[in-house]
Amino acid sequence: MDGAVPLFRMEGISKRYGGVRALEKAELSVTPGSIHAILGENGAGKSTLIKVMAGVVAPDEGRMMLDGSEVTFASPAAANQAGIVCIFQELSLVPELSVSDNIVISDPPKRFGMIDRKAQRRIAEEALARAGAADIHPLALVKDLPLSRRQMVEIAKALARKPRILILDEATSALTAADVAKIFGVLKRLRSEGLALLYISHRMNEIAELADQCTVFRNGRNVASYAAGSKSDNEVVELMIGREYSHIFPPKPVRAPATAALVLEARKLSWTDRLDNISLSVGAGEVVGLGGLDGQGQRELLLAFFGVLRGLSGQILIDGKPVAIASPAKARGDRIGMALIPEDRKTEGLMLPMTVRENLSFATLDRLSRAGIIDRAAEQRLIDDMVALLAIKTAGLDIPVGALSGGNQQKVVIAKWLMRQPRIILLNDPTRGIDVGTKQELYQLMRKLADQGAAILFYSTDYDELIGCCDRVLVLYDGAVKRELVGAEITERALIASALNIHGEETPARGMAKTPARGADA
Amino acid sequence: MKDWRYWLAEQRGTLLAFGIFIVMFTIYTSNHPAGFTANVVQTASNKGVLLAFVAMAQTLVVITAGIDLSVGMIFLLTNCLASWLVIGTGIETAFGVVAVLGTGLLCGAINGAIVIYGRLQPIVTTIATGAVYFGIALLLRPFPGGSVNEDLADALTGRLFGVVPASLVALLAVVLVVWVPFSRSVLGRAAYAAGSSEMAAYMSGVPIRRGKFAAYALAGLLAAIGGLFLTFFTYTGEAAYASGNAYTLFSIAAVVLGGVSLFGGKGSAIGAIFGALAFRTIGDLLFVFDFDPLWQPLFQGVILLIAVSLGAFALFRVRNRLEWFL
Repeated sequence: MDGAVPLFRMEGISKRYGGVRALEKAELSVTPGSIHAILGENGAGKSTLIKVMAGVVAPDEGRMMLDGSEVTFASPAAANQAGIVCIFQELSLVPELSVSDNIVISDPPKRFGMIDRKAQRRIAEEALARAGAADIHPLALVKDLPLSRRQMVEIAKALARKPRILILDEATSALTAADVAKIFGVLKRLRSEGLALLYISHRMNEIAELADQCTVFRNGRNVASYAAGSKSDNEVVELMIGREYSHIFPPKPVRAPATAALVLEARKLSWTDRLDNISLSVGAGEVVGLGGLDGQGQRELLLAFFGVLRGLSGQILIDGKPVAIASPAKARGDRIGMALIPEDRKTEGLMLPMTVRENLSFATLDRLSRAGIIDRAAEQRLIDDMVALLAIKTAGLDIPVGALSGGNQQKVVIAKWLMRQPRIILLNDPTRGIDVGTKQELYQLMRKLADQGAAILFYSTDYDELIGCCDRVLVLYDGAVKRELVGAEITERALIASALNIHGEETPARGMAKTPARGADA
Repeated sequence: MKDWRYWLAEQRGTLLAFGIFIVMFTIYTSNHPAGFTANVVQTASNKGVLLAFVAMAQTLVVITAGIDLSVGMIFLLTNCLASWLVIGTGIETAFGVVAVLGTGLLCGAINGAIVIYGRLQPIVTTIATGAVYFGIALLLRPFPGGSVNEDLADALTGRLFGVVPASLVALLAVVLVVWVPFSRSVLGRAAYAAGSSEMAAYMSGVPIRRGKFAAYALAGLLAAIGGLFLTFFTYTGEAAYASGNAYTLFSIAAVVLGGVSLFGGKGSAIGAIFGALAFRTIGDLLFVFDFDPLWQPLFQGVILLIAVSLGAFALFRVRNRLEWFL
């Protein structure tokens, strides 16, 4: 590779979000006529890297060279102009417009100042055919297409822009196996036409089949680059791990498995194409983790328990008895006693402009009021208890909760639910974006609540947390439980391997059976 | 699926509004003592086009997922202005018309600039600018009065070849000159894209700001065309607060009846025009059936409620309840 002139090069790129370093002096070279795979676990900096490349995010420092001369991109449009086109994970299609409208959206063909619909139709049909998706009608509205078809439109749209560098960020995650095969054919053809392709995927088998070159990212840095096929899967996993354990976790109790009374059970839960036949159980005093890559159905599973999803099939049992949970109001009620600490505290957890006091008592108002009038004294007692228990640092109870730090905001969300003394606590990535000190307090609290008899289901994108906090971890992949790790089995290696759906430590690199991307996509 | 099916699906809102209007208008004319005559059609057309222009204006802004609560006030302001300027010789009148339309365009551009570059919410912005526009209208015409070039007014409110209402022809001309080019231009598509998913549009490099700005500015222009026609019908200018507010609210009603989504990104001004005409016909229907005019607001409300409910059926299909709040 040393001989080839890089088409595009990034040098010393750094990017911070507040106190979090997303990229730290990252480097990357892209050569024409090759497929370059980017690997790394959640939060390793891959997404930020390609956002910088695509002009979505401006780097704090570092430079980018295209054809040997320095470039900067003020917007995605500028990057497109330079020939860098990215297919993002979050789809960039406009739902109310038609497929052909979307394909030409960046630069529609014009005639007398108006959009030339005939030319548009022709371009769209051509691009769809190139993407191997000629079955999609160009006049269909994007919002009426299933996810897998939208992904194909997204690829066609990228091709219509005649890119020199095409970035695919988890572009196959929503595709059916048949579509993946088609797309691979397309990508290989593009490579032979001299395009540079950047391929980001968590699916090791896809990378093995496609990539010429691989770069592994960890903690915002590129830690290794190697020719595809020169390292075994295990070596790759080793490269992806390697963080120090920086958090202190409370000791786990030693208990005989399955002696505790089962509080929460699920039997064969399925929902649309996101949850696939999930069965699990959580006993009193147990902390059960949900692992796996981001977006494998963990959130939906928690929402399913909390009565948010409609059309759920399967059974939910509380204390061994089947229940129908039709709404969050019912889930939190005395009969079930469930609490969900949501993922996004700013939208799902707090009313930011309202005061700390109001936010704390929202979930408990029914118990604190008589005939609709709030008992202020009782409210005050309960709030005082919680502020003390969680050590919430606030200038007062009557300031807007939005004025608190992220960690303290999260404490308010948790306190709000603990005020109900829930028996079942669902946590959706609760430590995201909070400081290490608060994290540590939360770990202690979680264990304390479990020791008091709560059943805890804990989803985290941070593997250290799962290892440090959980008695058991269920690893999800494509909406199904792929593996259960108990006690000492919970290691980073096992978590990553099962998250990537590669089996066992002894498996040779190329020996894996090809996993179908998704059984049948509706 | 065949092409025409997609076309049909896309035009469903417009066709529905068209259907509702045709049914109502047929009932109206068949029960009218004079029947389906050129005179009846002319009167109905003259009443209907005012709201149609204002509804078109509202459509442009609603497509971008905004709302313009100042359209009624731009309509009044340009009416008052026209009662001063659209008078005199042919040249003077022409100059007056250009000045009136330019004022409308400017009002719309101010709305757009504040919403897009000042990043204020459309609803607050247009309440405020609407009050300002009304204030200026009041200064122009503290009392109803003024006059207009009556030759021009009579020509545009009369009949062509003795049968076709001239106001309807004017409406058609505006559709062809303003709406059709806009909806097929890159800016028009940017307005739709911004209304449907601003983030996706941004990520695709769509000129969102220019598209939205064009929508607001053209909305001002269309409201001004409405104001001009109001002057042609009444021969005077009047800063009537209640009337301005009624036009604003009715324009939103007409837009919804016409199948334009208040969430943005969907619908057409043609649908809104039929929505406006249908909404106007409700009052006429009450007249031919000898109802007390006191019933009119109640009936308009009921019809609107039914139309809006039809649009809410999609909520029953949502499977993740959190999507209700998106």
